[in-house]
Amino acid sequence: VRQQAFEQAHAAEWQAFEAQLGRAGRRAPEAASLEAFPERYRRLCHHLALAQERRYTSGLVERLHDLVARGHAVLYAGGGGLWRSWGSFLRGGLARQIRARRGAVLLASALFFLPQLLLPLAIRRNPEVAFLVEEPRELARYEAMYRGEGGRFGREGQADTDLAMFGHYVWNNVRVSFQCFASGLFLGVGSAFYLLWNGLHGGAVAGHLIRVGLGPSFGSFVATHSAFELPALILCGAAGLGLGAAVAAPGRRGRLHALQQAVRDHAGLVYAAAFLDLLAAGLEAFWSASAAVPPGAKLAAGAALWTAGAAYVLFAGRRHA
Amino acid sequence: MIDGLRRVETPEGVRLDLRPAGPLGRGLAWLLDLAIRAGLYLVLAMVLALLGGLGMGVFLLAVFALEWLYPVCFEALASGQTPGKMVLGLRVVGEDGTPVGWSRAMVRSLLMAADFLPFAYASGLLCMLLQREGRRLGDLAAGTLVVYAPRAVPRGPLPTASAPWMPPLPLDLEEQRAVIAFAERAASFSPERTRELAGLLRPLTGLEGEEAVARLKGLAGLCAGGRP
Repeated sequence: VRQQAFEQAHAAEWQAFEAQLGRAGRRAPEAASLEAFPERYRRLCHHLALAQERRYTSGLVERLHDLVARGHAVLYAGGGGLWRSWGSFLRGGLARQIRARRGAVLLASALFFLPQLLLPLAIRRNPEVAFLVEEPRELARYEAMYRGEGGRFGREGQADTDLAMFGHYVWNNVRVSFQCFASGLFLGVGSAFYLLWNGLHGGAVAGHLIRVGLGPSFGSFVATHSAFELPALILCGAAGLGLGAAVAAPGRRGRLHALQQAVRDHAGLVYAAAFLDLLAAGLEAFWSASAAVPPGAKLAAGAALWTAGAAYVLFAGRRHA
Repeated sequence: MIDGLRRVETPEGVRLDLRPAGPLGRGLAWLLDLAIRAGLYLVLAMVLALLGGLGMGVFLLAVFALEWLYPVCFEALASGQTPGKMVLGLRVVGEDGTPVGWSRAMVRSLLMAADFLPFAYASGLLCMLLQREGRRLGDLAAGTLVVYAPRAVPRGPLPTASAPWMPPLPLDLEEQRAVIAFAERAASFSPERTRELAGLLRPLTGLEGEEAVARLKGLAGLCAGGRP
């Protein structure tokens, strides 16, 4: 078939397809306006193959190629599985994922909590240890902060400062969590580093404050929001370690495919962590720092949240499993 | 082939070519996006400074949302193009040429943090330079790549057989295609170049200059299918 005859025979159909492409690109195309789209697309693919095989001019081949590429994008666009299933994910899927990756979660917890527990003990024996990890100036700043003005820690309901602190916490917490996850790509080293680093600094500050007798005010400050903030970091760290493991030991798959699969498998943990970080920032800014709430209430809320979190991880989503 | 194209085979059995973008184009797009965000921050900061501490909180939240969601929203909603990429004619697509969607846009934005390490996007740049398709770590993990969005190519009309000319010897298919391609693309050459190219076929046409061009176009019309 000569090119001219070929073009004349199919020009109308190509134009109709192009018009449909324009409509399909919009938000909610009517079903009727997309009728026969797949058939038209298949025929167009056939025409492209013919045009290439018969060596028609590059102008025609490029036009058909462009139409096919756009049709391909419309027809095979993936659905948003992420948003449709978030309800069931929060009800139990997340807990199942955490249990399924308990190795990584336990390792991440150990990397973070061991220095948090061991450093205060070491500081009790030898106060100098705190200065190995944290600058003396920083420690003095924390000390002044928790000592508070007039011997009382906390802020008195100033909405504007609370909001500013909320913005700061959101920005900071989520950034740290995401970094902890992303740097796991380097064989997990980055995640391990961030976990250890945060554990060491937290441990040094806690140990120092306990030693100078500010333990109660520090404890009541961190009790509540830490129930969300620390698990968020652990989850991101565990997800990062999972990425690193996939890159280091891809098993029977190619390294790239193992990585992509690991990213898909662990993305849920990271989104959950971001959500927890937002909750933690809200609590930290409006509840933990408030002088209006008695320390006892903060400690009780913290205990309740930690227990609820542990129960969720251990028991949620068992029935479908 | 050393053209760096990525070939995707569709389920229908045809091949799509994706043209991956290199570090330079992508870097420029990134700079543009950075400038746009910086401009937004500046405006926001000036407006919100009037509100004191409250404004500070809102500003920090806005910076947070813009930093993390700007690329994700544009790539998921504006068919893979942030404003910077739009200007540079780039587009993020999946490895198979499909649109990125929320999950993949999210992942590649999340892993930007890994590309940044240890400083100034050194890992990402190294990763881009080490392979043919210029993908950064986030692209590898999300299964995406950045390609040049196809531009509509201006296409001359297919030659018609206004003054058909039969060559003294038969042309095979390859030769016929070359002649048609010449006629189709002649509009995009300078007249001198057109005459020069047509002159190459002097042994066939026995002519030079404008006459040779006209004769070749006549031949092309015949080859393309217009019956004399």
